[in-house]
Amino acid sequence: MTHSDVKNPTRRGVLAGGGSLVVSFALLSQVLAQEGEVQGASPPAEPRPKLPGSLAGDPFLDAWIRIDGNGKVSVFTGKAELGQGVKTAIIQVAAEELEIDPATIRLITADTGQTPNEGYTAGSQSMQNSGTAIRHAAAQVRDILIGQAAARWQVPIDQLRAENGRVIRADGQALDYGSLVSAEILHVEATPQSRLKPADRFRHMGKSMHRVDIPAKVTGAPIYVQDMRLPGMVHARVVRPPRPGATLVSLDSAEVERMSGVVAVVRNGSFLAVVAEREFQAIKAMQVLEMTARWSEGTKFPKPDGFIQSFKNLPSQQGVVAERSQDGVAAARTFQATFTRPYQIHGSIGPSCAVALLENGTTTVWSHTQGVYPDRAAISEMLRVPPEQVRVIHVEGSGCYGHNGADDAAADAALIAQAMPGRPVRLQWMREQEHVWEPYGPAMLTEVRASLDQAGRIVEWNYDLWSNTHTTRPGPAGSLIAAHSLPTPFQPPPAKLSITPSGNGDRNAVPLYAIPNMRVIWHFLPEMPLRVSALRALGAYVNVFAIESTMDELALMANADPVEFRLRHMEDPRGRAVIEAAAADFGWSNDPLPEGRGRGFAFARYKNLAAYLAMALELEVERETGRARIIRVASAIDSGEVVNPDGIRNQTEGGIIQAASWTLYEAVTFEENGITSIDWSSYPIMRFGSVPERIDVRIMDRPGEPFLGTGEAAQGPTPAAIANAIRHATGKRLYDIPFRAENVKAAIGV
Amino acid sequence: MAVTLTVNGKTQQVDADPETPLLYVLRDDLELNGAKYGCGVGQCGACTVMVDNEAVLSCVTPVLLLEGRRISTVEGLGTMEKPGPMQQAFIEQQAAQCGFCIPGMMMRAQALLQANPTVDEAAVRAHLEPNLCRCGTHMRIVKAVMRAGELMHQSSQSGGST
Ligand code: FES
Ligand code: FES
Repeated sequence: MTHSDVKNPTRRGVLAGGGSLVVSFALLSQVLAQEGEVQGASPPAEPRPKLPGSLAGDPFLDAWIRIDGNGKVSVFTGKAELGQGVKTAIIQVAAEELEIDPATIRLITADTGQTPNEGYTAGSQSMQNSGTAIRHAAAQVRDILIGQAAARWQVPIDQLRAENGRVIRADGQALDYGSLVSAEILHVEATPQSRLKPADRFRHMGKSMHRVDIPAKVTGAPIYVQDMRLPGMVHARVVRPPRPGATLVSLDSAEVERMSGVVAVVRNGSFLAVVAEREFQAIKAMQVLEMTARWSEGTKFPKPDGFIQSFKNLPSQQGVVAERSQDGVAAARTFQATFTRPYQIHGSIGPSCAVALLENGTTTVWSHTQGVYPDRAAISEMLRVPPEQVRVIHVEGSGCYGHNGADDAAADAALIAQAMPGRPVRLQWMREQEHVWEPYGPAMLTEVRASLDQAGRIVEWNYDLWSNTHTTRPGPAGSLIAAHSLPTPFQPPPAKLSITPSGNGDRNAVPLYAIPNMRVIWHFLPEMPLRVSALRALGAYVNVFAIESTMDELALMANADPVEFRLRHMEDPRGRAVIEAAAADFGWSNDPLPEGRGRGFAFARYKNLAAYLAMALELEVERETGRARIIRVASAIDSGEVVNPDGIRNQTEGGIIQAASWTLYEAVTFEENGITSIDWSSYPIMRFGSVPERIDVRIMDRPGEPFLGTGEAAQGPTPAAIANAIRHATGKRLYDIPFRAENVKAAIGV
Repeated sequence: MAVTLTVNGKTQQVDADPETPLLYVLRDDLELNGAKYGCGVGQCGACTVMVDNEAVLSCVTPVLLLEGRRISTVEGLGTMEKPGPMQQAFIEQQAAQCGFCIPGMMMRAQALLQANPTVDEAAVRAHLEPNLCRCGTHMRIVKAVMRAGELMHQSSQSGGST
């Protein structure tokens, strides 16, 4: 069962080959056992225990960490920087366990040519998967180097320590890492357990290290894919049909071809693009091309009026998300309500962009995709070439909050590059294309019916949700817009209902509170009249909104304080801790507030298995206009062991503001002929005049606990806290997002 | 057609149609990355630069109007090795997530603080209203601008005495 061939030696294979190392490892585990620092699963046995984090998928240490003869350390992650600060956190983790200066690390992120395949950078899982893998790999690499030094000096390893890129022995003699590595030494499989540093010896983890990417971002260094300039590069724009499914009927490209700078009009079936020497030339040519292209009708959009309410009557499949019952409890009072959320956009400030180059039969694509490997699979299928002939390299783009236009732009660029061999093609979407063509966060409708007993405890909870899938990511070529327009088009694969622990449309549909009788059903809508996919937090945004709005109504019925009522039903101590912390930091009370002001509270544990977050906020409703404005927010988050506290704070503040923007302003609008929210004036988002005066984020200290991720934890509690505060301020409950001024005004009836 | 532009103190000729928006000349001809394309229609502020002492949306400003004016971009505020006060403040406050909106924010704020480094927070928020940030970095952006005001004020004070 152990592979001991040279190409794939296991750790034990290598050790058996070098006598002194065996000794040192035996010693090592003795020392570790004494120090009680061993973390992870028990030693290798049959069946093999699972390796920590993404090591399970890519067990070789040198897939993650390499050290050259000069001691220069390279760290490889399959995850991508999306503006969330993951590069910095991974560098902190690696530097900590390797005992080196973080500034000396060279970090290589998602690239199908170089890094492990870690799927998507999504679901707040980068630290759980990649951070965990790299931390363990780094600790094991450090111990291999210590073992090497022990062998060289013929001293027991407990007399050695690693510090600042060197192994040092008691008498002060030192060997640097560069002199201890040799070609194959790190090409070994990781073991399930590692000697991780305890929190009290941390130099980097748990400290707010400055983000490594910020200096470049504030000085205009070329770090975004939008900033790439390759020799001979041309600029491209696509021309999309007026509606999905429309085909190109006729095209007169003669005029465009005569325009200055135009290099080519690329037509492949109904896929249409123009390429020019300079960017503004490409834009002008695109505008002319748009006027001359004639399209078939395509697929009409549904009539918008009452569309979301009609979800209950659309064909659906039922998935049971949770069902538990204990008998013999009598319900005294019941709350029942319907909640909705419209289609919403990711709306990155910079529209999607990609650069592609076809050279020597290989297409290289630089993209801000969340998943270089799945994107490569989709693009190679679309181009009908083997995956090895496509390389996808992640380069940062504008902020990424889920499956946006990145993969589609990558496919567009790859397709255009096929017509321009040898010349790099930079393709960027126009603002309107981003608003209209990116996959939206799905609209949802949910119904809740919950009952209290005489004593004010929740005894029954029924919850039904209607939603499309929240994932139509690549993988298959049919997930790419460009592939739909080819002469032999690829079709989007049919969506499938699946109930998983982390959830999808049903994410966080099950309240974490102690409730004896519960039934939660996902009415899965397979038809997707508007293109949808993952938007930060998936269904958790609306499910937590519905659950936590209901909790407040039940608290009112029970004549209980909303915070106390939540604690009454919360058994998880870490859940209780964030609820108590947020309430304390906010100064939660029942004291009267000035006219028009209200307080709201909300809590969720993201996916019911990741970060805990509770928040309290105060807002003001302007009676004449209905405008709701958040005054202040106090939140508490438990993301497990903390790597970069300021990074957690930054992401949590951002999550709160973004979710507040979704909740107060945002809805995709459409009519049968097409999408009508096409820019920032038809799809307004939060501006400076409306952001809260302050947002506090308390981070719970959880040394030694697994990383839980941070990025999406605030998305669910925010709409609920806002709705609860509006209820408190006005006496009226809002059920339908967004709470735009006119909607609030209508609800409060002034 | 040749257009003569003064950008970050350097006067140079570029070959561009006079109607070309400044944004594309900055990015494609002068290879400056600070000004970003966000919407191209004056709605987001990602492309904000300074012309003379005003914040200007470069995506809707044809180069034809800019001959003889002083254009500055975030590259003109300092470098990674020697960041200017505005950049220093954004680094100190860690005021970026994706960072895409940030150069535009900095240039708009620069125009405000150059006129008066001691403005209050309400004035900063009001002044930044045209610029959008999707990551929700607003709290930090405001703090960074306030801090930049302090740094600029300090350096103007000490600059006077040395
Ligand atoms: S790009 Fe100029 S305002 Fe948006
Ligand atoms: S930091 Fe990402 S848009 Fe502002």
